[in-house]
Formats: sequence, structure tokens, C-alpha cells
Amino acid sequence: MAKIELSAIRKSFESTDVLKGVELSIADGEFISLVGPSGCGKSTLLRIIAGLDAQTSGEVRIDGTRVDGIRPSARNLAMVFQSYALYPHLSVFDNIAVPLRMKRLSALQRLPLLGRLIPGRGHTERGISADVEKVAAQLEISPLLHRKPGQLSGGQRQRVAVGRAIVRQPVAFLFDEPLSNLDAKLRVHMRAEIAQLHRRLKTTFVYVTHDQAEAMTMSGRIAVMIAGELVQVGTPADVYENPRDIRVAEFVGSPKINVLPGAIRTDGGLEVFGRSLALSTAGAAGACRICVRPERIELGTGPFAGHVVHLENMGSEAFVHIGLDGMDAPLVARISDPRHLPSIGSSVACGFAADAVRAFDAGGRRIETVGQPRLERAREIALV
Amino acid sequence: MSDAALTLVGDRPGRTAWMARIGMRRTGVSRTALLLVAPAATLMLIVLLGPLASVLALSFTDYQLGAPSFSWIGFANYQEMMADKVFWISLRNTLTYVAIVVPGSVALGLGIALLIQSGTSLRSWYRTIYFLPVMATLIAMAIVWEFMLHPQFGLVNGALRGIGIQGYSWLQDRHTALYSLCAIGVWQAVGFNMVLFLAGIVSIPRQLYDAAEIDGAASAWSRFRLVTWPMLGPVTAFVVVISGIRSFQVFDTVHVLTKGGPSKSSEVLIHTMYIESFEFFRSGYGAALTVVFLIFVLLLTLIKSFLAGRGAHDA
Repeated sequence: MAKIELSAIRKSFESTDVLKGVELSIADGEFISLVGPSGCGKSTLLRIIAGLDAQTSGEVRIDGTRVDGIRPSARNLAMVFQSYALYPHLSVFDNIAVPLRMKRLSALQRLPLLGRLIPGRGHTERGISADVEKVAAQLEISPLLHRKPGQLSGGQRQRVAVGRAIVRQPVAFLFDEPLSNLDAKLRVHMRAEIAQLHRRLKTTFVYVTHDQAEAMTMSGRIAVMIAGELVQVGTPADVYENPRDIRVAEFVGSPKINVLPGAIRTDGGLEVFGRSLALSTAGAAGACRICVRPERIELGTGPFAGHVVHLENMGSEAFVHIGLDGMDAPLVARISDPRHLPSIGSSVACGFAADAVRAFDAGGRRIETVGQPRLERAREIALV
Repeated sequence: MSDAALTLVGDRPGRTAWMARIGMRRTGVSRTALLLVAPAATLMLIVLLGPLASVLALSFTDYQLGAPSFSWIGFANYQEMMADKVFWISLRNTLTYVAIVVPGSVALGLGIALLIQSGTSLRSWYRTIYFLPVMATLIAMAIVWEFMLHPQFGLVNGALRGIGIQGYSWLQDRHTALYSLCAIGVWQAVGFNMVLFLAGIVSIPRQLYDAAEIDGAASAWSRFRLVTWPMLGPVTAFVVVISGIRSFQVFDTVHVLTKGGPSKSSEVLIHTMYIESFEFFRSGYGAALTVVFLIFVLLLTLIKSFLAGRGAHDA
């Protein structure tokens, strides 16, 4: 149980700045995901929290205590690695027992043969054994305790890695892309298991992933990192609905948000492809980008006309890619009922409601917009 | 395979003709297989198994190099060997040499590899330096050692004199000759073992060290015990066996520096074999010595394949 505070964390490798002043406060018992494209510095940040790497400047506090310069093991954090990092020569039992043996046995007692002769070792070993078996029962890996990691499937190894993390009762768990090596089906299953584990343990979880779906489905808050900076921190719904930066808008959500070239007129009105939207802003006139989520695109009605260039039918939903004049990338619309799909090549009209629009300025920052009721038409469709 | 097919058909005479046809086809397949294997098998027979068999056969004869005829004498060569004092001395010396050079060069090789790997700069420089003895011709190096160990002008005794210690006649004294050869053996083998260990250390996943660090292995020793040493298990087994075989084969330094002397104190198996075969021309007896030598090497190879099998199971 611990609160983790990061202030002004910077990390440079020679001349490259990997982290550019990260500020983040993680509450006790919170499940927070650090999410971002690969190379954004999220794993480096996690390693700094763990103590495996030292920051160039800034401070890490765990429960109010500054931990810079304190060894990883002394911080009492547990970490689950992408490759699981199980010791291949040890059985599952011994793998889970490692942190306990390191903590409870002295260096002498850990000696291969001589250790058994040191008084007190037998008693401690029995305690360790009981703890390991309890954790194994919780994770349903009791039958595997005598196997070697090489004889386990990916999902089982994952559980052993989690077992090794929870057996020592750490103050916080750090996960470094733990599901990346699993197949898609198992990943969805393990997502639910990790979320349940958090509900049961009520400990702080810091979860690093590049998969925005993992971050959205599991965590209480997500922190979007892009190019070494924390761009936005908030609940998954908030980050999805109100991205403060176009990079966040484009990263979160699958398929990607539609980006249309727009402009702010001198009177503050917004327009896209020369058609004005029922929105106005206080921002300066000039080019801007109009973003709309695929599920907010309405097909069949609306002021835009294009033709279907591609269809993706998932069974429960479908995505229609519509080629529009003046846009390189197709507009993607989500259809919840895939039984009535337009055919490829057919022309289709489309539009979107004014409140579906998220506008960003040329620099990528969010522009606040207000609706213009006087211009609005009955169906609230963006109009001519 | 053809046997299997024939018995299959033969065992069930009541079966219909198509069974026999399958049998025929299998015989055909196995003939093709034998044809395909033949070139490799022939080469192996000529290059490996043939010489081995002829050495074994030779050891049961009284053949002398260049002699027009020979006769079979059964185990007489082996009986003579058992009674031969020089054989027992050279066997004991060889085993002593192996017992010193193998642990010495393995431990030092591992130590140096760990030091080089933990350093931040000059890695390839150190690697090259320690690998030099492996690349150099051992006979040439043996001559350099002869100068270094010379009782009067040698660098070793000179250095010892510098700190006030009386030097030895290293290679001429029967108490030190074998151990001096052992030291040269260790010096020569360390670089090779180091390179193998370095390759092994490099291939250990970094995340295991991270996990060990998180799990509480705070000291370098505990990380070595938890990660490095077990992960190097297969490499270590290989290095030990290779060093063992190479030490059993020690010959060049002995031949150049001591010729087995003084008074047989540094006589080793292969040197005895050489003397018997090529100086006394007693090829039959030399072959018997070779067979004993091969048995030791075979034992080491068996140990290696046993360890390798276990290592593969662990991984």
C-alpha cells in the first residue's frame, strides 16, 4: 500500500532526452496505466520507479519518503516483466520462493549445502513453503509447482511471474507490458484476471503498456505519455472523450479518430472542406484540425459525399472506410449492425453531429468550441 | 527399415497382395535412404572409424614401424604396460596436470570474463590480450617460456631476486618441472575459456538480473549465485570437458621444454606414446597406449553428453 510521487523526473542517455520532466502522483491503491507508443519513455519511467535505472534529475517518493539511491529490493516493490524473467533453472516453487528466501534467510543460510546446517533455516523454510503454496493456490498453479518454466505455457509463466510478485506482499506492483507475449485470446482473459487481482489486493498497480485497449479496460486512470512527456492523465472515459492534445486523440481509440482539415474563420466559426460547422471558438483564425470518432460518423445522411473504399466486418460491428475528395486517408465510420453494409465502390453520404467534433489548432492543442444554436438544424447534423 | 517391412509382411502371410506391395515399396525407400547415407557413412568409416579400428588392432600386435611382418600377441602389450613403471608415472603426471590445469584455467577464465564484462571500457582490448596465447603457436611460446624460466637469465627468477627470493631451476628440478608446465598450460588455456564464458555471459537475458535485483539479490555475489552461475551451467560443462580433453593431450610444451624429464618427473601419456612409437619404433605398444588414452577421452566425452542432456532439460 503506497502512494508514489514523481516530481520533475528527467532522464537523458548521452544527448537524447528520454524523459522531459515528468510529474505524476499515484494514489494509494490506485490502478494507473502508463500508455504511449513504443519509445515514448514509459518503460524507462517504470524502471526509475523500481530503482533499476537512476533518473538524471528529479525525485521519486514512495509514501512520502525519498527513495533515490535506495536499492530496488529495499523499495519493496514487485515487478512483472514482459518476458516474465523467470529463472529457467529453478522450479516454479523455487521461482516464487526466491524473494522470500532473499528476505528471510541470511547469506550463510542460503549457501547450497552448508546452509542446511545453520540453525533456524528449517523453520524459516517451512514458513516460506507455506506462503508459496498459499499464493500458488490463489493463482491456481499448485499442480505446476514442481515444473520448470520451460515446461509451462505462456499464460502459466505469466501466472508464476505474478505469483513471484505477490508472495512478498509489496507496497506496489509494477507491470512492464506483461501481456505482450501472449496470444490475443489469452490477453483478454489475463486482462480480467489482473483487474480482479487489483480488486482483491487493493494495492497500488502501475501498469505500462503500448496497447491502449489494455489501458482503457483495466485501469482507474491512464497517463498518456508521448515523446517523454505526460500529455494527459485522467480516467479512461475522460481521456477518450476529451483529449487535450491531438496526439492523445489519435493514440487512444481503435480504429483511430478521423482527422479532417479544417479552418477557423475570422468570426470564430469553424469550417471543414469549406462548409461551416455549427460551432464557434475563441481561438485565433487559421488552419485547424477537426477530429471525429468513427462511432460518431453517421452514414446515409449528411453534407459529405464519398465512396466506400474498404470494409472491415468484425461480426458484431463493422468499419466502413469512405474516400472523400481532398483527403488522403479515408474517413472511418463504425456501424453497429453489420447486416446492412454498403458495397465497396458505392457512393455514400455522411456527416456528424456538432458535439462529436473535437477541434485542435495547428500545434495540436485542443480548441474549446461552443455550439451555435442559431445555425443548427433540426437533426444537429453538421450542415452546409 | 527393410527388415521391419519384411517381417511385417512375413508375420502375416494371410494378408493380401497389397500389403506385400507396401513392403516392396518400403524396401525401395530404405534402399534409397541407404544410398543417400552412403557417402557420409563411407567418409566416416574411412576418416574416423577405420583408423580407430586399426589402432585397436595394432595394439594386439608386436608390429614395429617399418618391419616387414608382425604377429598377433593378444594382450601382451597391455600386460607389459601394466608392469611398466614409466606408464604409471606418465599416467599419474597426466592426471595431475589435468587436475591442476582444468580447475585453474576454468576458474581464471570465468573470473576474467566476469571482470571484463563488468568493466565499461577497453573490453575488446582486454579480450584481445587474454586471447593472444590461444592464437600464438604453442611451440614458439614454449621457447619464450624456456627463456623466462631460465635459472640464471630468466625473467621469473630475475623478478624473484628483485624481491629477495631465491629462484629455482624451474624446468630442471624434478619437484617443479611438472608444476611449471601446469602453469604454462593454465596460461595457454585461460584465454580460450574466457572467450567461451564471455559468449555465455553476453547471452544471459538482462531482465533476469533486473528480476534478481527486484527480488532482493542486492550483492554481486547473490546475483552471481542466482543468475550468472546457473545460466552458465551448459557453457561451464562444455568448457570443463574441452579443457580436460586438451589437457590430456598435453605434448608440445613437454616435448620442447623437458622431454619428460628430469628423471621422468614430467613424463605424460602422449609423450610416452610418441617416444615408444617414433623413437623406439614400437608401434604395437604405442597403439596400446593410445587406446588407454582414448578411453579417458571417451569417458570425458560421455560426461559431457550426459551434462549437455541435463542442461537442455533445464533450459
